[in-house]
Amino acid sequence: MKKYRSMVLISNGDSSQSKGSEAVIEAIHQALNKYDLASEVYVTNIPDSGSPKAQPLVIIYPEAVAYGPIHAEDVDFLVSEHLYKGRVAESLRVNDPFEIKRIAWLVQRTGTMPAENRVVLEYVGVIDPTSINDFLTHDGGQAFPIVIEMKPQEVIDIIKKSGLRGRGGAGFPVGVKWQAVRDAPGDKKYIVCNADESEPGTFKDRVILEGNPFSMIEAMLIAGYACGADEGYIYIRGEYHDALEKITNAIKAAKEFGVLGQNILKTGFSFDIHVHSGAGAYICGEETALLASIEGKRGEPRSKPPYPTTNGLWGKPTLINNVETLGNIPPIIHNGPEWFRSIGTTSSPGTKVYTILGNVNRTGLMEVPMGITLREVIGIYGKGMKGGAFKFAQTGGSSGSIIPAILQDTPMDFDSYRNVGVALGSGALLICDDSNCIVDCVRVLMKFFKVESCGKCVPCRIGTEQTLQIMTDISEGRGTMEQLEQLDLLRKGMEQLSNCGLGQTAGTPIKNMLEHFRAEVEAHIKLGVCPAGVCAMEG
Amino acid sequence: MTSKTQPVDPLYNPKLRPIIDKVIEDNINLEGGLMVVLNNLQSKIGFLSAPMQEYVAERLNIPVSKVHGVVSFYSFFTTVPRGKHVIKFCIGTACYVGGINQMIDKAKQILKVEPGQTTSDGLITLEICRCVGACSQAPVVVFDEVNQGHMKPAKFGKLVENILKDEANA
Repeated sequence: MKKYRSMVLISNGDSSQSKGSEAVIEAIHQALNKYDLASEVYVTNIPDSGSPKAQPLVIIYPEAVAYGPIHAEDVDFLVSEHLYKGRVAESLRVNDPFEIKRIAWLVQRTGTMPAENRVVLEYVGVIDPTSINDFLTHDGGQAFPIVIEMKPQEVIDIIKKSGLRGRGGAGFPVGVKWQAVRDAPGDKKYIVCNADESEPGTFKDRVILEGNPFSMIEAMLIAGYACGADEGYIYIRGEYHDALEKITNAIKAAKEFGVLGQNILKTGFSFDIHVHSGAGAYICGEETALLASIEGKRGEPRSKPPYPTTNGLWGKPTLINNVETLGNIPPIIHNGPEWFRSIGTTSSPGTKVYTILGNVNRTGLMEVPMGITLREVIGIYGKGMKGGAFKFAQTGGSSGSIIPAILQDTPMDFDSYRNVGVALGSGALLICDDSNCIVDCVRVLMKFFKVESCGKCVPCRIGTEQTLQIMTDISEGRGTMEQLEQLDLLRKGMEQLSNCGLGQTAGTPIKNMLEHFRAEVEAHIKLGVCPAGVCAMEG
Repeated sequence: MTSKTQPVDPLYNPKLRPIIDKVIEDNINLEGGLMVVLNNLQSKIGFLSAPMQEYVAERLNIPVSKVHGVVSFYSFFTTVPRGKHVIKFCIGTACYVGGINQMIDKAKQILKVEPGQTTSDGLITLEICRCVGACSQAPVVVFDEVNQGHMKPAKFGKLVENILKDEANA
């Protein structure tokens, strides 16, 4: 293994990229060549870290000095001072003590915000996602050796005992699904990692894949061993170029290291992983559509049952888990199911990764225990509302729910939300203040569903079109009270008759709107005004 | 109409034909390889013409209707060439709330084309795209696969003008 004198980490997430981190990376490579240091210094990218004010952030190990914001023109000085002459370039350091605390893992390696509890994201932004050695030195890869000493059934029992529920949105118990695949008849079985994260507003899976791709490989190995599968697919959406590259390289590195392929670590267990890139279709996040897409067909869902656990990829038993779900597996094996149950609520143990967006002072990614409330999310993690008052939040991308302000003290877990008629969804929290109009917001959502409906089954194809038409009428001042009744009927029809999750959940925003914001909708119809002043009403 | 002759289809272009053949041969025995072939051809050739689709169907021994069914299903696949530069507008919920429509209006005003169309000089194509997963940067415009966040109409206008200026100088 090649040894380096120093390691340079450069934040290269969206926020840093918009501030020119790509130019900084190029300048660093040039400067290293200029000072003849290229063979001694290792340069790599990490996801965004710390405060946007300090980005692009450059961290140099082993001294663990954080510099930022660094621009391309600062690079020559930085490299010559720190790496060539060996002294800290004080003028470029992140000097605000508060900022340094935000880059929390420089001080302590737990979370970047108070009360955050990082399980899945623990090593994201900490390890070098391109180096399997760095993953291993940070306690990565320790769960698989534990698993390989156990019987497959014991592994499934641990997952069952942990109470882990699927993080893709539906909250199905993971252990039960694993058991179903294990018990399904047949010699050939598949593990599929669903990384077709298409819900607008959700980008947690992308950050996990880009920040710690090796944990995904480890989790799939564990799932393969437990369920009796020897082949896996990662279905990654076509828009995620960087994640695709990171996971492809990680698989290559794992194969070279001998932890992926035939007879892994001489245990007799073989497992191989393929990466499949999507081509831009929202519906492919639905599991049967995803499988059709891997088989090279149009990504159209089919009716269930039979479920993929018995009739999945090429008709074989197949386990499909979301990226975040799989990300929980190695920590559970490593720390035990009791530890996992100590986080979160009784019915939904563990943490949830949320992306917080919209009219709050701070937007971004966070991982918190299940069961905290929307009020806490907005106050603590969002740093409060940006000006206006909190009106509603939209969860889980488009097929989530609209959470009105009166439900902001409901604990956020699968069952508590279900009990009040809303859904936690996939983890996006779009916070909207009183300058947003509910009619306009739902109209945009219905437009999205109309475009993304695959058109195979009638209730969804016609239902999304008709509901969009009515929402457009209401938002343009042509709506009638009869249409409102129709809207509710259409919504129910879609929910009960559609083939797959898209059509079944497309009407949820309408249901929430009619339940909690009826007065505002009726104002559009009866008075011809938009109380929030968003909709351009006729006349 | 200009007197420019219709460009030769990539399938009959001696420079591009070997690329097409290589992509097909690399994946000819892959189970469910159609998506992989189409994805590769889209990124290497830039679009999937009707003759190309027919050729893929023949080589992979599947009906043309099936190939076309897949091509028309996924939004990444295009059957006409794109412009030299592609500007995509993210219309995810966060970007919509963030005001992406102002950028679309600005683009229409500068370039005189609608999303889904290419400027008459073949320089810039405007497209609407799905959530690119950079929602904390909303609104996001994707310039040639590079996400540009926190976009404002004035800033966006300047970026478009820069592309036009660079091309005029080139």
